Amino acid sequence: MTLRTECAVNAVEAARVLGGDSRSRLSAGGTLLMRAVNEGDPSFDLIVRHADPQVLSLRLQADRLHIGAAVTMSALLASPDAACLHAAARQVGGPAIRNMATVGGNLFAPSPYGDLATALLALDATYTSVDDTNPRPLESLFALRATHTVAGSPIARPPVVLELQCRRPAAEADFRFLKVSRVKPKGISVMAIAVHLPGSATGARLQQVRIAFGAMGATPLRAVSAERALEGQTLGEPSIAAATAVALDGLHPDTDAIASRWYRQTVAPVHLGRALRAGGRR
Amino acid sequence: MSKVAVRLVLNGDDRAVFVDPGQNLLDVLRRELGDLTPKYGCGQGTCGACTVTVDGEVRLACLTLAEAVDGCRVDTAAGLADGAELHVLQEAFMEHFAAQCGYCTTGMLMSAATLLRDKPSPSRDEVVEAISGNICRCTGYEPIIDAILAAARGSTTGSGRR
Repeated sequence: MTLRTECAVNAVEAARVLGGDSRSRLSAGGTLLMRAVNEGDPSFDLIVRHADPQVLSLRLQADRLHIGAAVTMSALLASPDAACLHAAARQVGGPAIRNMATVGGNLFAPSPYGDLATALLALDATYTSVDDTNPRPLESLFALRATHTVAGSPIARPPVVLELQCRRPAAEADFRFLKVSRVKPKGISVMAIAVHLPGSATGARLQQVRIAFGAMGATPLRAVSAERALEGQTLGEPSIAAATAVALDGLHPDTDAIASRWYRQTVAPVHLGRALRAGGRR
Repeated sequence: MSKVAVRLVLNGDDRAVFVDPGQNLLDVLRRELGDLTPKYGCGQGTCGACTVTVDGEVRLACLTLAEAVDGCRVDTAAGLADGAELHVLQEAFMEHFAAQCGYCTTGMLMSAATLLRDKPSPSRDEVVEAISGNICRCTGYEPIIDAILAAARGSTTGSGRR
């Protein structure tokens, strides 16, 4: 495979180059793209990267966390403002991977990767891109990914993401992240579960419940039926039982080298129950 | 396709090299610059055998686009020893039998050296976390953890367990 590379001056220029060549790929931290290069992936021959400073910013503004697409997992972990995402970011690879892997890249990580994207989905994250600077729900990006891929290769140009925004939980204990893995201390996800339960820290009735699963479909997915089972309830064994009973609704796990579809379906309600009973971030 | 000129500081020495577009840093270090300490293990970012530092941060050379390190400082395990005098971590690895086949050792050393630079007195859990991206199929990790803790204490011998 003969490769070409192009370093664009900014994200807009990168998007222009990407749009003009259907055999191009954007390099973020390189942890996914260089792996494809090493494996001789024949689906692309142009690597585009850019060093736009606007995608490196990380700030808290009016209880919304703004995360540039090129912010690395290590940068997230170094920011007290992003504490709600630390449990998920810490589970992404070892220190070297975390120094390289970016938030934007994680959005495009194929299952069973994409732990941080799962956490972002449960925090109602939105994204902006070069083509559309109005915040759009992260779910729409995942829907685009799921629709526009064949055998894992994109057949339509994905957006060049500029920034993610997500709400910061009012209380630390309202947000729980659980990564289920066979290998300790680090391994690839059997599944990841992110749960946002506003009100749980104070024992109030739950409002705007969000439950997201990673590695239970081609992209991170919300367990909408389980969310509905908890909405308006207080968190306790009856509501947890109701949520776990419908945990699998809308989830479509695959069989891969880490776990079978059957295994994932069997253990998902158990792990959701554990995540709901846990006292906060894990 | 024309090559790309890259300048870097490798273990303190200014180096210049022409790289192929898309070539990874590991290939360039081993094939073009003759530094054989970072190893090719998986090419997927899983094993950590190619761990180096770029501007002081641990990175996986197999997943790093070589041209992206233009102007950077790159350090490998080849730069740990000072002439014939081994780095305290290298001494500790020998004393604790922390290397068997040795394939993972240079990556382990780079992860450990970065940890001790940032945290001179790490806990055992911090050591485990620091090498969590480095796979060893020989030792069972315990001798490696002991060696790193011993090096942190400034003592290359004795049990490093806490």
